[in-house]
Amino acid sequence: MKETSGMSLIVKRVTRISVSLIFLYGVYILLHGHITPGGGFAGGVIIALSFIHLVLAFGREAAFKRLSHEFISLAESAGGLMFLIIAVLGFSGGFFFLNFLRHGTPFELFSSGTIILCNIAIFIKVGAGLFAIFIALAMLRIPIEQEKG
Amino acid sequence: MIELHVILVLMIAASIVAMEIEDLLSSVIALGAVGFGLTLEFLLLKAPDLAITQLVVEILSVIILIRATVGVKLPAERIKARIGYFAFAVVFAGVFLFFAHKAVVQLPPFGEPIMKIGREYIASAMERTGAVNIVSAIILDFRGYDTLGEASILFTSVIGVLAVLRAAGKKKGKAQ
Amino acid sequence: MSLYLLCLILFLIGIYCLLVKKNLVKKIIGFGIAEYAVNLFFILLGYRAGGEAPILDKHEALTNIVDPLPQALILTSIVIGLGVTALMVAIVLRIYDKYRTFDINEIKKLKG
Repeated sequence: MKETSGMSLIVKRVTRISVSLIFLYGVYILLHGHITPGGGFAGGVIIALSFIHLVLAFGREAAFKRLSHEFISLAESAGGLMFLIIAVLGFSGGFFFLNFLRHGTPFELFSSGTIILCNIAIFIKVGAGLFAIFIALAMLRIPIEQEKG
Repeated sequence: MIELHVILVLMIAASIVAMEIEDLLSSVIALGAVGFGLTLEFLLLKAPDLAITQLVVEILSVIILIRATVGVKLPAERIKARIGYFAFAVVFAGVFLFFAHKAVVQLPPFGEPIMKIGREYIASAMERTGAVNIVSAIILDFRGYDTLGEASILFTSVIGVLAVLRAAGKKKGKAQ
Repeated sequence: MSLYLLCLILFLIGIYCLLVKKNLVKKIIGFGIAEYAVNLFFILLGYRAGGEAPILDKHEALTNIVDPLPQALILTSIVIGLGVTALMVAIVLRIYDKYRTFDINEIKKLKG
């Protein structure tokens, strides 16, 4: 597997367009999570797949210059912490995890209180976590030597 | 309902192929076929949330498994079939199927679940949460604790992968 | 009824592959097959004949909806399965790094 220069020119040109489309699709699945099927988990995995698409097409070093390791771990921790803070803030209404924002009218985009905020927190956490797993697996270099028969 | 049976038989055939074939890359691709069959089953069983999630998770897990097999030259499984293991597996399968048949007969028939709690959730989801997708309302409002547990499991697995693979990177760095 | 038994046969294939095969990657594949079978079994339990997907509609009131509770539980389980598979692959890669083989009989003989 050629690791420094990525794939051919055609793949790189098409990737520039398709990565933004996959990203947009993931954000759409996230934001409409309380109206149509989907939600935070599916959206997070789609975002991680779009970043992996970038790493596979451009090679390891060229893609890691944009996204550093500290930023990814910061994003994952921030997502988990945001979820927990929303849960603890429910104590203002009396219970843990209470849905304390106003519910709005159904079938609108900004309805259902804390559900959309929890979806966003899960989205950031799952996306950053799965991309961190892939980076850890891709950076391990196994030297290919002669087989012992 | 015949299509459910057909897809399930195709999944069983693909899983037997994934199990028996010697080349590792081909067996991982056969596992991907089983996962896509499962996506179709979820769509036929009226669970669109699960179908979307299973599809993208299947793609990611095939990518991760292919990473385990690339660049690895290994001899094929040259183990001859041992009669002892095979006979034990057959006996175990027979005992399991016997007790499973006894248990499955006592379940409610396919297509008529009891749904004591499900009815409450369906009737009260729109007033109490304002969400229209009942599965989202369940995992983020009625049963938010389970989602908190699941987020911590994902966090633990990310930490585990980084801890297992970081020492290898350091050793390689020192060796080079 | 026959659907439940076919699902349990898929589970048995996964467990057989996990127990009998010598290659570590085949064991991971067997684990994945068993996990698919368990997820399918839960959703088969919750299906209602003639039911609709659990999403409410704006223009008409749905009367026959499939059980949403098993779907919520299995949604979590699918993502957890991905995390466990990733951790298993990481451990197997480290084992290959140290012992240069995937065969567990060889790994049992070579120590340290």
